[in-house]
Amino acid sequence: MANAKLWGLKKSPWVFHVAAASCNNCDIEILDILTPRWDVERFGIVLVGSPRHADALLVTGVLNRKSLPRVLRVYEQTPKPCLVICVGTCTCDTHMFAPSYNVVGPYDKYLPVDVYIPGCPPKPEAMIIGVVKALARL
Amino acid sequence: MKRIVPIGPYHPLQEEPEFFKLIVEGEKVVDLEINIGYNHRGHEFLAQKMTYDQVTFLVERICGICSDSHPYAFVLAVEDVAHVEPPPRAQYIRTIIGELERIHSHYLWLGLAGHFIGYNTVWMWVWRYREPLLDIFELIMGNRNHYAINKVGGARRDILPEHYGQIDKYLDLLEEKNTMFTKAVLDDPVIRARLENVGVLSKEDAIAYAVLGPTARGSGCAIDVRKDDPYDAYDKVDWDEIVFDEGDVLAKAKVRLLECFESIKIVRQCLRDMPDGPIETRVDEITPGEGICRHEAPRGEVFHYVRSDGSNMPARHKIRAPSFMNIPSNVVAVKGYSIADAALVLAAVDPCYCCTDRTVVLEDGKKKLTGKDLLRLSWQKTERLRRRYRR
Ligand code: SF4
Repeated sequence: MANAKLWGLKKSPWVFHVAAASCNNCDIEILDILTPRWDVERFGIVLVGSPRHADALLVTGVLNRKSLPRVLRVYEQTPKPCLVICVGTCTCDTHMFAPSYNVVGPYDKYLPVDVYIPGCPPKPEAMIIGVVKALARL
Repeated sequence: MKRIVPIGPYHPLQEEPEFFKLIVEGEKVVDLEINIGYNHRGHEFLAQKMTYDQVTFLVERICGICSDSHPYAFVLAVEDVAHVEPPPRAQYIRTIIGELERIHSHYLWLGLAGHFIGYNTVWMWVWRYREPLLDIFELIMGNRNHYAINKVGGARRDILPEHYGQIDKYLDLLEEKNTMFTKAVLDDPVIRARLENVGVLSKEDAIAYAVLGPTARGSGCAIDVRKDDPYDAYDKVDWDEIVFDEGDVLAKAKVRLLECFESIKIVRQCLRDMPDGPIETRVDEITPGEGICRHEAPRGEVFHYVRSDGSNMPARHKIRAPSFMNIPSNVVAVKGYSIADAALVLAAVDPCYCCTDRTVVLEDGKKKLTGKDLLRLSWQKTERLRRRYRR
C-alpha cells in the first residue's frame, strides 16, 4: 500500500501550502509557479485546499509561538508518507528574525524536512528544481 | 438561529494565516470576528537591534507584496531625522520603482480577486502580464521581489540608460493590456454580477473606520498622500486621483485598475524628466531626534516613526501599515451578504496580515497588559529617553 502511495506521489504530487509567519513573498512565488509562465500543473502538481488531500507540504516563513502548534497540527493531518518542502531562507534557518521574542526556531527542530530551498524568495525555477529533486529521491 | 462558520487559520481562501469567525443566520453573514497574530515576528523590536542600513532590509521583509513601501517609508523617516536630502536622480528612481510596484501589487490583487470568485481565467491572464514587470525588477535590481532599492540618503542602484527602452516597451504592453482588463471587468456580466453592490462600505463608515488607500478612494474619500503631502518626485509629475463613490467591490477594482494607468503616466514622466547625477548623498551621522514619514503604499498610507539617539541604531521604530486600518472595516462591509460573497468581501481591501499582526501577552487567559498599561509604559519610556538625551 505504501508503495502505491509512493507511486502516486511521484506521478502527481498534490501540495498544500502552509505559511507560518512569512512575508507573503514566498507564498506569491508559489502561486506564481501555477501561472502560465511556469505552469507546473503540466506535471500534475496541484495546489489543494486541505492538508488531508496533500502529498507534500510547502512551508514558508519562520515559525512563531502562535503558528507552531497549528503547523504541527496540519502536519499531523497530512497522510503519510508526505514530503515537507521548506521554501525560503526563513524556513531553512530563521533568517534575520532569529533574535525575535516570538520566533521559536527552525523547522527541522520540529518536523522531518525533506528539501530546503534557500533564497529570499527563491526563484520559481529553484522551487521547481527543489520539488523535482525531492521526487527523484523517493 | 445564529451559527458560527470558522475559517482558518490555514485555509485556501487567503495566502496568509488568519482566523475568521463568520457568524451566520442561514446563508446570511450577520457578524464577523477577525483573529490575527499568526504572523507576528516582532519587527519593531528587531529594528532596535540593527543598524540603519540593516533595518532597510529588515523592514523590506515585513511584507513581500509591497516590499518597496516599508523601506521607502523608513528611509524617508530617517532622512527626516538626519535632515538629509537625497539627490534628485535618486528621488526619481525611488518614485519609479514605487509606482511600478503599485502596478505589480494591484495586478496581484486583481488576479486573486478573479481567483476568489472562481474565475481563474482572470487570475492566469492578469498574472501573465505581471511577469514582464518582475523581469524588469530583476533587470534593474537583481531580484524579482525584495529589490532593496532604498537606502538612507538615496538609492542603492541606478536605472541605466539601456533599461529605459525595456521599461518603455513594457509600459506600452501594459497600457494595452490594462485597457483590455478594464473593459473586461466592466463589460463581463459575470464579474459585474459578482462585484456590483457587494460589500458596500459607505462613506460614513469609511470615515468612521479611517480606511486608507484604494479602499477609501472606492468609498468616495479622496485621500492620497502622494497628492496631499507629496514627497520625492510626486510634486513634479502630473497625474489624477481616482475616486469612486459606490463603495462596493467593483468600485475598489475600478480604482485599482485606473490607478495603474496613472502609475504608467507617472513612470513615463519620471523617465522623461529624470536628471543625471549621483544617486546618493553620504550620510555621516544620524542626529538625535525623531522623524516621521507618510508614504502611499499600494494599499494606502504607511506610517513610520523613527527616534534616534545619535547612535547607529534606531532607539525606537514604529510602523503602522494601511491594512491595520483597512481590515476592521470588513466587519461592516461583510454584514448582510451571503457566505459565498464573504470570501470576496474579506479580500476586497487587499488585506495584508503580515503588515498588521500585533501581539498580546496572556496570563491565565487574561490580557496581561491592556491598551492603557501599554500607553502608560510608552509614556514612561518616552520620558526616560527624553531625560537621557536632553541636550
Ligand atoms: S524567505 Fe524571504 S521572501 Fe520568503 S518568507 Fe522569508 S523573508 Fe519572505
